[in-house]
Amino acid sequence: MFKVLDDNHEFDTQISFDGKDHLVPSNITVAAAALLIGVKSIRETPVTGAKRMPLCMMGVCYECLMKIDGVGNQRSCQTLVRQGMVIERQIGATEVEAEYYEA
Amino acid sequence: MKPSYELLIIGAGPAGMSAACEAARNGVAVCVIDDQPEPGGQIYRNASRATDKQNQVLGKDYQQGKNLVDDFKSYGGEYYANASVWHVDANNQVGVIKAGKNYFISAKNLVIASGAQERAMPIPGWQLPGVMYAGAGQILFKGSGIVPTGELVLAGTGPLLLLLASQYLHAGVKIKAILDTTPKGRIVKSLDKLFSGVQGYEYLIKGASLLRHIKAAKVPYYKHVEGLCAVGVERVEKVSFASATKAGRKVANISLDVDTLLLHQGIIPNTRLARAAQCETTWDAQQSCWIVATNEYGLCRQNTYVVGDAARVMGAVASRIQGRLCGLHVAQSLTKVDSHSWQVWHKDLLKKLRKENAIRPFLDAVYQPADAYLIPQQDDVIVCRCEEVTLSDIQDAVRLGCQGPNQVKSYTRCGMGPCQGTQCSNTLSHIVAKQSNMPMAQVGELRVRSPLSPITLGQIADL
Repeated sequence: MFKVLDDNHEFDTQISFDGKDHLVPSNITVAAAALLIGVKSIRETPVTGAKRMPLCMMGVCYECLMKIDGVGNQRSCQTLVRQGMVIERQIGATEVEAEYYEA
Repeated sequence: MKPSYELLIIGAGPAGMSAACEAARNGVAVCVIDDQPEPGGQIYRNASRATDKQNQVLGKDYQQGKNLVDDFKSYGGEYYANASVWHVDANNQVGVIKAGKNYFISAKNLVIASGAQERAMPIPGWQLPGVMYAGAGQILFKGSGIVPTGELVLAGTGPLLLLLASQYLHAGVKIKAILDTTPKGRIVKSLDKLFSGVQGYEYLIKGASLLRHIKAAKVPYYKHVEGLCAVGVERVEKVSFASATKAGRKVANISLDVDTLLLHQGIIPNTRLARAAQCETTWDAQQSCWIVATNEYGLCRQNTYVVGDAARVMGAVASRIQGRLCGLHVAQSLTKVDSHSWQVWHKDLLKKLRKENAIRPFLDAVYQPADAYLIPQQDDVIVCRCEEVTLSDIQDAVRLGCQGPNQVKSYTRCGMGPCQGTQCSNTLSHIVAKQSNMPMAQVGELRVRSPLSPITLGQIADL
């Protein structure tokens, strides 16, 4: 339900969104890319599993949390797309990947 | 980043950039940190790199940001983008994460210029995909050059809503309807404040021209909208509301199909960093928000400043002037400005600031949000979007004896999610105030604690 206004924009950045490849303009945020691609939701809430999309686009509401390049809880509205970026919807709470050290 | 600075500025919007330029020009060693990829804040987002098309659609006020951003880019001090502040305290100690690394900085002088944020608009269905803030629509165009397609409805009150509508029309975006929630009789009630605001007549002319543009484009404009609901299952499908005709007759049960609904109830200062620094806030009934107690230079206490919209909403032009005043005040306090120059320069800036602020009381009075949009009108409306806490959850907790918003938080998890209450704190306080029949100033708000932004255990351990 969103489009790029300026026809001069090149769709030159390849990203993977939930396993599917897409070409999007460079210098746009991951959240903007999600809107442009037309995904139905970018995450499901940890409490009831409700589907959500970004709300404020300026980094204060935390509605746009996604898993980006393997790291969860990233604000997709504060992150610019990069060539080859792997983006996944965040389902529920993110898991902590901890390393353990022997004392 | 160094472990200490003469002047550390948080935020590279109009106020922060202006403070940095003015202080550096007078010989102060300055460091600016900002969480966005480019300087400009929200209002001048991407201003130095905007395309012709973006400049043409966004207009002159936006283009004026380019000069400031360009000045700032060569201002002579340090600047770190994509840096998020996770800690501030009363001793001007600041914790910053930049590229995964943790820095702890001691600032001799600290300027907080963290700007404003959208006021929450907790209507039924506001959590559905397809519903966003109007400011988000503008940010998407400024930063990423994208605009909505399909059925678009704008709803709410305030200058930004009209500005966005006008910009979308310039961009050729079709608007299905504008739903104005400004209550009836507001302008008449606010006229007494207009007299003292005549100095700001340029803003009134701008406002009138926005309205003319929207009218000429024949966008359906519904006035005095009440009972606004976003309706849908997996995403917003319809918007329903009641409105009033020209003759003042109420029309209930209007329903429109919608793909994108953009909401706006004005903007409020983002006071989180200021409060973390233990700066005093007071409830401003006119602006319906907490404001930071400062003098005209932005000074809260010795060596700590909060400037621009971060302290109270004043707009970009006033923020630029106050930023300069603040930068000059820091330089003067470090004895880098002679007393004659200080007298001449600061008096000139003060005069400009007062002229710029003259129209505010009128705008604040006209666009003060209606109570029905500050407190949800139905039990099952979500107040805290992160933890999915509803109006009735909060009312139940108050009924059971929770004293104030912080106890309600412990009891219901309202404000305990990732956004840490940025979206629900004011709504929560309004609900508690109404139910316990206490003024907002007495009810207070959710406490702010570090970490103020996400940080990993590894990054804490790095310190």
